[in-house]
Amino acid sequence: MNINATLILQSIAMMIFVWFCMKFLWPPLLKAMDERRERIAEGLAASDRAEKELEAAKATVDQQIREARDKAGEIVDQASQRHSQIVDQAKDDAIVERNRQVSAAEADISQAANQAREELRSSVANLAVLGASRILEKEVDADTHRELLDKLIAEI
Amino acid sequence: MQNLTFGQHADGTWGLAHSAEEATAMGFWAFHVDTLFWAVVLGFSFYFLFGSVARKANSGVPTRFQSAIEIIVEFVDTSVRESFHGTSKFIAPLALTLFVWIFFMNFMDLIPVDWLPWLATQAGVHYQKVVPTTDVNATMGMSLTVFVLILYYSIRIKGVGGFIAELTGQPFASNSLAGKFVFFLPNLLLETIALIAKPVSLGLRLFGNLYAGELIFILIALIFTAGSGFIAAGLSSLFGEHIPAWFWVLATASVFATLWLNLQGKLDNKKTLWLLLVEMLLVGGLAFLGGQLMHFAWAVFHLIIVTLQAFIFMMLTIVYLSMAHEHH
Repeated sequence: MNINATLILQSIAMMIFVWFCMKFLWPPLLKAMDERRERIAEGLAASDRAEKELEAAKATVDQQIREARDKAGEIVDQASQRHSQIVDQAKDDAIVERNRQVSAAEADISQAANQAREELRSSVANLAVLGASRILEKEVDADTHRELLDKLIAEI
Repeated sequence: MQNLTFGQHADGTWGLAHSAEEATAMGFWAFHVDTLFWAVVLGFSFYFLFGSVARKANSGVPTRFQSAIEIIVEFVDTSVRESFHGTSKFIAPLALTLFVWIFFMNFMDLIPVDWLPWLATQAGVHYQKVVPTTDVNATMGMSLTVFVLILYYSIRIKGVGGFIAELTGQPFASNSLAGKFVFFLPNLLLETIALIAKPVSLGLRLFGNLYAGELIFILIALIFTAGSGFIAAGLSSLFGEHIPAWFWVLATASVFATLWLNLQGKLDNKKTLWLLLVEMLLVGGLAFLGGQLMHFAWAVFHLIIVTLQAFIFMMLTIVYLSMAHEHH
């Protein structure tokens, strides 16, 4: 183990390498690392922000869906209401129409019956007059017995 | 283990020393060529390794390699921020350089101790120590540079007067002039010792740990050589008196190749075991296996030492320079 001038040269070599490192290695490496750290921080912040925005968007979408659902329910309710309204209306109309037709038919029937009764009555009167005249063998004066005949007819 | 020393011979000519005695006779003005060579090579590999990342460094998605480099930079940066309470653009690069460079130099210890010297011998160089941090000149060279930095920052921050006051005004403090006069010398003595102890302990700690680590590798190698004497005798009959180093390199390589093939799934475990057994019997029997295991165990432990010592050197440098920046 000799102590010799290797010491000095080693020392000079060390200074040169340290100087190299300080000049050419350390600054670009640290710069790149710091920049990356910054970018990562920015990226994380951006992702946080995006997450929050996503939450907000989700809330909005939920709100809108809820509103749409409510609206749809309302529309369906209205439609079913209208539907039953229409059905009721139709039912009422039908009933009115039926009643109208029934009463018209009844009127026709009663009219026809009255007419038939009148005809029957007059023919019965004629028949009665005819029958009576046959029986009495003489002409019944229609005018003289009008009153009697009318009474008879009314009794039929 | 002898360094390759370049210096002035006794006859006045300059050249490489041919023996330890010659190297010692060269005195102070001699250079350990191997230490400096490996230190500079490793320094440049640090520079190019980190430079290849620094050149392409951007804030986009990093490659794996870039991430690995950045982890080291981040680690050093954090250490500096935690321990150094001043503002300096110099301390962090200094710490990074010291940490990685010393780690690389220490790491050379994990390359089997005779491979590179053997290669050097093949190239005609007979002395070669490949771990610069096992040379006290290298470690002291670095710690003395740190010492100079301590002095420089102490004086720049506190001024010459402040620095002298720090050296003479403590640990025995007095408010009276007489007291100051009395305590002047003891304080100066104690503080100077404390100051000098910093670079000495810094350099010798690194040197001692690495030198001891290397010695233990050599010790294990010697034990293994003694144990495998029987097989060695057989091998000697094959190769002559000296078994060439390439044989050991080949043997180790074949073991690693077998293991590698097994890891690749090209050899099943049973075949691997048999092959390993045959290879080990061939080159040194169970002593070889024992030697390998001991080497492996020590290498794993040494890996911790290697990293830890690089870290300690870096941390202490930061702490010392931080102290130099602080007013007391």
